[in-house]
This record gives sequence, structure tokens and C-alpha cells, in this order.
Amino acid sequence: MIQALAFYMFALITVASAVMVISARNPVHSVLFLILAFFNSAGLFVLLGAEFLAMILVLVYVGAVAVLFMFVVMMLDINFVELRQGFLQYLPLGAIIGLLMLGELFVVVGGHALTPLAIAGGSVPIPPAAAATNIEALGALIYTHYIYLFQAAGMVLLVAMIGAIVLTHRTRKGVRKQRIAVQIARRAEETIELVKVEPGKGI
Amino acid sequence: MFEIGLSHYLSVAAILFTLGILGIFLNRKNVIVILMSVELMLLAVNINLVAFSAHLGDLVGQVFAMFVLTVAAAESAIGLAILVVYFRNSGSIAVEDINIMKG
Repeated sequence: MIQALAFYMFALITVASAVMVISARNPVHSVLFLILAFFNSAGLFVLLGAEFLAMILVLVYVGAVAVLFMFVVMMLDINFVELRQGFLQYLPLGAIIGLLMLGELFVVVGGHALTPLAIAGGSVPIPPAAAATNIEALGALIYTHYIYLFQAAGMVLLVAMIGAIVLTHRTRKGVRKQRIAVQIARRAEETIELVKVEPGKGI
Repeated sequence: MFEIGLSHYLSVAAILFTLGILGIFLNRKNVIVILMSVELMLLAVNINLVAFSAHLGDLVGQVFAMFVLTVAAAESAIGLAILVVYFRNSGSIAVEDINIMKG
């Protein structure tokens, strides 16, 4: 009962904030509603028993991705009113395609059947909560069976990081930088000149 | 109604995925919101994976959800970097104006 109520609360808030993400006038509001959607889907994950993924969702999405979006929205000087134009122009087509897809997805969801092979238990059954916590079981799986995929995921992140740095890095012209080699190479006789100044005369 | 099963989660994921697609259609000028819509679609996929993982009692679904999460983070980082570079060069982020390659 309580689980059902919690599910409906999380699901409703997730869907409502997803609607707000795509329809909010201000992209900053969109980002904030995206954060709300991620929080509530983390709640759905907890209901499903995937606590580690729920925490990762909050950490990665709310802590990193949403903040990144927020930075970009606020740093770029964009006229957002102009970007809103044509919003309603695409609404009929988008609504038709969206409704068609939703209908098809519901047909699939309503009519799906699981193969006996899947029901019989997958390759790695979830251990009961008394035996091992979710994070223990997941760690034991990731670091043994899926170690190469895990490393590959790390490589994906590394490549993404390098790519982002390479894309956005630029060398500005006209910036006065400290050049240590030139500073050290200076010698006193090149830079200081002793001039004898006689009284009553200028240089 | 009060018995929450697999199809409930699948329905939520389906609605979220459709909203992501709708967001791409509606915000044709704003790349940032399009990227956020893509994030919503990936979230729907994650909900599907975790729901099936819990329903079938198979832990592999959660591992795959984690990989999807990794790729989603990398994708948004690269996408936003491209967006910043494009904005620096052209001064706008309207998708309809991106036709340099005349594809």
C-alpha cells in the first residue's frame, strides 16, 4: 500500500517535471525541473531495490550533469525569448508523433511476454537482502565479470574529458603571460645603466 | 491498481521517453533543451533496465544501467562543449541556423 503510494508520487512528479523541462520558458527553470525529475526517478530506483544506482543517479546527474547544464545556460549570453519562437509551430507534428509512439509503446508494454529462459533466472541472480546488500552484489559483479567493460567505461569518460578540454580550450592573443625563461635570462648589465648626472644638467 | 508490477514502471518509462521525443520536436531552436530531452530519454531507458532487472531478479540489468549512465554523462559533456564552441563562433545556438555543411 505504502509502496504503491510512493510509486505513484515518484512517478507523477517525475512525469510532471519532465513536462516542465520541455515546456518551461526559461532554460534555467528547465534545468531545475530536470534535477527534480532525476531526484524522483532515484526514488523509483530505491523502490525497485537498486539503491546504488539511485545514489549514483543523484551524484552524477544532479551533482555533475545538471550543474554543467546550469553553467552553460548561465555563461552563454543568449536571448531566450528569440529561441522560443516557433514553439507552437512544431506542436501539432510533435504531438501526433509523440502520441503515436506512446500508443505503440503501450501496446508493447501491454502485450509483452517473457520467455521462460528469462523467467528461469538470468545469469546473475540478485542475492537476498540478508545475504548481501545491493552495492556489495553489484561490486562483486562489476569488478570480476564485467571488469573489461568497466575499464572501457572509464576510457569513455577519459576520452570525453579530453575531448571537452580540446574543444573548448583556446589560446587568446594579447594576453600578458609570465614567461619565466625570459625573466631568468635577464642580466643586470643588459637592463641597468648607470648614468652620471652632473648637477644643474638633465640627462 | 495498488499492486505495483513491471508494467507500471514500463509505462512511466514509456511516457518519459515520449516526452523526450516531444521535447526535441518542440524546442527546435534551443540546443540546451534538446540535450536535456536526450537526458530524459536515457533516463527512461535506465528505468526500463532497472525495472526488468528487479522483475527478473537479474543483477546484470543494473550493471548495464550504470554503463548507460556513464555514456550519458560523457555525451552531455561533449555536447555542451560543442555547444560552447559553436556559440563562440556564431553567436547563436539556434538549431535551424546550423547549416554550414549544407547537408
